[in-house]
Amino acid sequence: MTPDTSIDIQLNGKRQSFGAGHTVTTLLEALELHPGMVVVELNREILDRENYDAIKVVQDDMIELVHFVGGG
Amino acid sequence: MWVGVEMTSTDTSMDDARALDGPFYIGGTKFVSRLIVGTGKYESNQIMVDAIRATGAEMVTVAVRRVDLDRSKDEAILHHLDPQDFFLLANTAGCYTADDAVRYARLARAAGFNEFVKLEVIGDERTLLPDVHATLEAAKTLADEGFKVMAYTNDDLITALRLEDVGCVAVMPLASPIGSGLGVVNPYFIREIKARLKVPVIVDAGVGTASDACVTMEQGVDGVLMNTALADADDPVRMSHAMKHAVVAGRLAYLAGRMPSSEIAVPSSPIEGMLD
Repeated sequence: MTPDTSIDIQLNGKRQSFGAGHTVTTLLEALELHPGMVVVELNREILDRENYDAIKVVQDDMIELVHFVGGG
Repeated sequence: MWVGVEMTSTDTSMDDARALDGPFYIGGTKFVSRLIVGTGKYESNQIMVDAIRATGAEMVTVAVRRVDLDRSKDEAILHHLDPQDFFLLANTAGCYTADDAVRYARLARAAGFNEFVKLEVIGDERTLLPDVHATLEAAKTLADEGFKVMAYTNDDLITALRLEDVGCVAVMPLASPIGSGLGVVNPYFIREIKARLKVPVIVDAGVGTASDACVTMEQGVDGVLMNTALADADDPVRMSHAMKHAVVAGRLAYLAGRMPSSEIAVPSSPIEGMLD
């Protein structure tokens, strides 16, 4: 894997390109999201925050980033 | 993380009323306010915060949605409501299948606030009535996973009993359809549900104005949950004050025990001792 190749992932329902080599932590940083404010689902599996550093984002990953919004 | 009623209740205007009504418990957590409020549909976040503070509610509901990555709106509720001040009850609103509701509940729990979920599985878009079969299925799955499930349901006793059987910590029959503002359409069924269940019964959805909240609480239920009645009032903060008082009024009237009603007049002054 070379750092300048890019990957396509499905992020919140949209196809998006990112540089290869991201972990969940660096992806959230790139998106300017505070890890404590979101929940990450990777390929339908909810991730533990402690594992964000260790998990690599790879081609065709399906990632959902959710948070709490107003609701009844 | 919510720090509990002793820490968050700064409202002393209701002390007299509170002394006449005990706290109550949902899934082992103590609450004083019997009013639970939603956080949706407000014109602005500031009005939402002001209105919710005026209700005196400790438990507030939130929804789970995708982060808006284009940042067009500041949707994150936690930027506006301090989770130390409120007990966050995540809902599964918008889910039409048991699987979806379970997925949303798991996502909500992963946010790390508590094990509670307001389970809502809708069966029909026009009425937003619950799919009670799917609700039961999801309730069982979630209760088995250790969730404290508060289940939104119909005003149907049998479903309410089954929801209690599968381990829900509260059962939440509707007063009338979500967002309808029609008030309690079937007080008799609500009363019977309350009489037959051991877990708290919270009436959820349908309250339109203060008198509806009062009548709801007069049925003897443990609490009432509302959103649109506050958010869609012309003056949400004023309506929030009204609702706070209405819920307390209804609760105390229930505890006080109402006089028997009569179709003919019963004089209040002595009929003896009148002049000739």
